Amino acid sequence: MDYFHGYSVVGLVAVVGVLFVTVSFTAGRLLRPDVPTQEKLLTYECGVDPVGEDWAHTQIRYYVYAFLYVIFAVDAIFLFPWATVFAAHGFGGTTLVEMFVFLGFLAIGLLYAWKKGVLEWT
Amino acid sequence: MNDTLHVVLRLVAVLVAFLVLPLLVGQTEHKVMAHMQGRLGPMYAGGFHGWAQLVADGVKFAQKEDVVPADADRRIFQLAPAVALLPYLLVLIVIPVGPHGFVGEAVDAGLFFVLAVMGVGVLGSLMAGWASANKFSLLGGLRTAAQLMAYELPMLLAAASVAMAAGTLSLPGIVESYHWWWTLWQLMGGLVFFTAGLAELQRPPFDMPVADSEIIFGAYTEYTGLRFALFLLAEYAGIVVLCGLTTVLFLGGWHGPWAGSVGWLWTLLKTAVLAFIVIWLRVSYPRLREDQLMKFAWTVLIPISLVQIALTGVVKVVTS
Repeated sequence: MDYFHGYSVVGLVAVVGVLFVTVSFTAGRLLRPDVPTQEKLLTYECGVDPVGEDWAHTQIRYYVYAFLYVIFAVDAIFLFPWATVFAAHGFGGTTLVEMFVFLGFLAIGLLYAWKKGVLEWT
Repeated sequence: MNDTLHVVLRLVAVLVAFLVLPLLVGQTEHKVMAHMQGRLGPMYAGGFHGWAQLVADGVKFAQKEDVVPADADRRIFQLAPAVALLPYLLVLIVIPVGPHGFVGEAVDAGLFFVLAVMGVGVLGSLMAGWASANKFSLLGGLRTAAQLMAYELPMLLAAASVAMAAGTLSLPGIVESYHWWWTLWQLMGGLVFFTAGLAELQRPPFDMPVADSEIIFGAYTEYTGLRFALFLLAEYAGIVVLCGLTTVLFLGGWHGPWAGSVGWLWTLLKTAVLAFIVIWLRVSYPRLREDQLMKFAWTVLIPISLVQIALTGVVKVVTS
């Protein structure tokens, strides 16, 4: 019961936050002027008329980082439950070896990516 | 009844802290930056050394017209500031301030909760960048996304190291099991966490997503008035949260002389010192390029945090 109580208070904070944003947006609407003109609603590009459209070709250079990131981040999640018990009585040595196996895998993965030149931008 | 009152008081306290502390950091930044650059900074508003400058700014923002560009994705554009801001409010309630339950709400998996919720804030920048229908905003949004992949992982690993040392994920629990030598033991992790946090907040020297001299103001280019103010508030609330978390995880939170009675003061003091360092770094360092941050994160921060985890594991098993 206590467990859910804690999170219900956190939920209440979220409600307070949403209320805060709603109130400030509503108050803002009442306070501010509203005189839209066509020029005002143009896309801003340093004061001159916008050139081309809002979609532009760009090279996505870091998608490999994205793959690496997903792999590593999923691995890192497993660390947290393990972290709370690994030094518990009777676990010591075994979990320590496990940890080095785990870190070894991560390190080899990182070294491989590094060697492959994935970590260089250009 | 008493219980309800208690909860309401906590909620109010968290909201007040959320609205006041970022302004304090902002005003400090005005003055500290000015003096470091041989200027005076704001001197007029409020009379005494321009203390009311940010209040005046707030009044100005509230009066400004709220322009949503014709090409923008209206709903998403308008919601983005709220998405950027609210996660920091949520995080603030679980950060312990003092001993004996001086915390908004002690959550069992506090550390995990904090990392998960802080990750949501960045969505606000991405939404803003994508919905603005502006090249510069889009570039800023993409840079934000790229940055996310650089800082999130070292941050997770450094935090995991603290969880290992303390044997718990509860933030008050972590502070309770702190000993003074932890700061040295977890030094590498602490530096990694703080650096990665700076990158998350898009603070100089990692401010390329909002680089004003290159892409106007990144994802926030099209924003005016109140919505722009909320993005700024999110940045400063982020500083408070990051410094508070670093204090709790690596600097022992409320520990210090007479911690029993003035523990909360120690937490605030350490947080303030860290916030000062954040400002100091802004004045001292030039902006990096996105790829430099990426390379720095993957070849320096992540290896260091892996070494930290190994060190933590060995020391913990040997001493327990």
